[in-house]
Amino acid sequence: MSKGERATRSEQCPAITFNVNGEIRIVNVPPMKRLLDVLREDLHLTGTKEGCGEGECGSCSVRMNGELVNSCLVPVLQAEGAEIQTVEGLALHGDLHPLQKAFLEHGGAQCGICTPGMLMAAAQLLDQNPHPGIVQIREALAGNLCRCTGFIRIFESVAEATKLANAHLATESTSGQLRDARREVPHAR
Amino acid sequence: MRGNAATHDLIAPGELGAVLELLAAEPGVWTPIAGGTELMVAFAAGRLTAPKLVNLWGIPDLRAIEVTPQSVVIGAAATFLDLRRHAVIASDLPLLAKAASWIGSIANQGRATLGGNLVNGSPAADSSPALLAYDAEIEMISVRGRRRVPYSAFHTAYKCNCLAPDELLYSIHIPRRFAQHTQYLRKVGTRRAMAIAKVALGATALVENGVIREIRLGAASLAPFPMRLLQTETALLGQPISRDTIQSARRALLTEMKPIDDIRSTAEYRLRVAANLLDEFLLQLRHRGSET
Repeated sequence: MSKGERATRSEQCPAITFNVNGEIRIVNVPPMKRLLDVLREDLHLTGTKEGCGEGECGSCSVRMNGELVNSCLVPVLQAEGAEIQTVEGLALHGDLHPLQKAFLEHGGAQCGICTPGMLMAAAQLLDQNPHPGIVQIREALAGNLCRCTGFIRIFESVAEATKLANAHLATESTSGQLRDARREVPHAR
Repeated sequence: MRGNAATHDLIAPGELGAVLELLAAEPGVWTPIAGGTELMVAFAAGRLTAPKLVNLWGIPDLRAIEVTPQSVVIGAAATFLDLRRHAVIASDLPLLAKAASWIGSIANQGRATLGGNLVNGSPAADSSPALLAYDAEIEMISVRGRRRVPYSAFHTAYKCNCLAPDELLYSIHIPRRFAQHTQYLRKVGTRRAMAIAKVALGATALVENGVIREIRLGAASLAPFPMRLLQTETALLGQPISRDTIQSARRALLTEMKPIDDIRSTAEYRLRVAANLLDEFLLQLRHRGSET
């Protein structure tokens, strides 16, 4: 948010523009409103969950400008001009992301509250490191708490998704760009 | 009670100069916010008392990391992921790279800033022991100009620092002269991820001809703010690393530090562990000294 002309005040509820899952969205909300609440309440993207509300549990993880963030800790004004990807943006045209398929097939989800955050943290990992080992998977998901699965099935799901995606990713560039990454990850069986 | 976004103002003047003008015009009125990993937690819980906030996130001047032959200068709003990804920090300042990896989770590291960690002033701040061990300096900026203080003089009391109401923390200067030093950093917390330190110790030291020529010990969670263990350092300077030296350093540490009991640990445990960490470092130092 380096645009100096966009000085804004909450009493006016400035128009804040950003890109969510490839679509330009404009919201008129108080600038301190949490990105989490804007996604859920104003944009009705309820895939992103609130867990602790203090950056400990990772349930509200989304990607903003190519980095994983806890959306409960982002005042929406700081999302001005940003590219945001939520769990709703993982599947393309109804075809599940390899991570989503792997979570389904390997029991990576139980109650489901942590799952969107787990998926986004795992998607971030694969974007940064297409060949993660178990140590990297554990570190990447260390900020995402699950109280059902005991984590093992989640780690296994991510490892399986890595294999699935790598067969295709190996031949493509991994630019680290959010939009590119979404398109690069193949969805074919 | 939960925070209400409509009761807080947040503005984004954009350029650093415009932020400084705002702070100068209304000193003490505007609370800077960068990655929000502290302030947004307080906000969500309804504990954020600041009615007016000014955005620092996305100001390029504040996020730059500059390397000169003498030093690494880190913009106050550089994130801990920025630090972890920086090749010179990884090679020359491994303690800082390690501390950066301790900060919360990846999501926290991508938002939390080094300057924010220092201004927040937690006694348990993860980055502080490394910065104290590396003899870092803090550069502050306002419309009146810039000034520098040693990091060891930045914190003045629990959650207090020497920033004037119109000043921002601008950058952190770390000299690149520790390649020959033995370097040490260890944090003791409840678990490896996401845990706040019960106690942490950072250290750099140089041994010449069997005696300690230079030593810096930085501790977290042993005092109201992160601080150097100056009396312990004095007990070690100019000494050979003998059993007697180690014993007197332990005594100095146990005398000079007055930790507290709190939700994370007890004073007794903190002191005992801190002294053990000091032992561990001194044994490493002796081992390395005997090799050269």
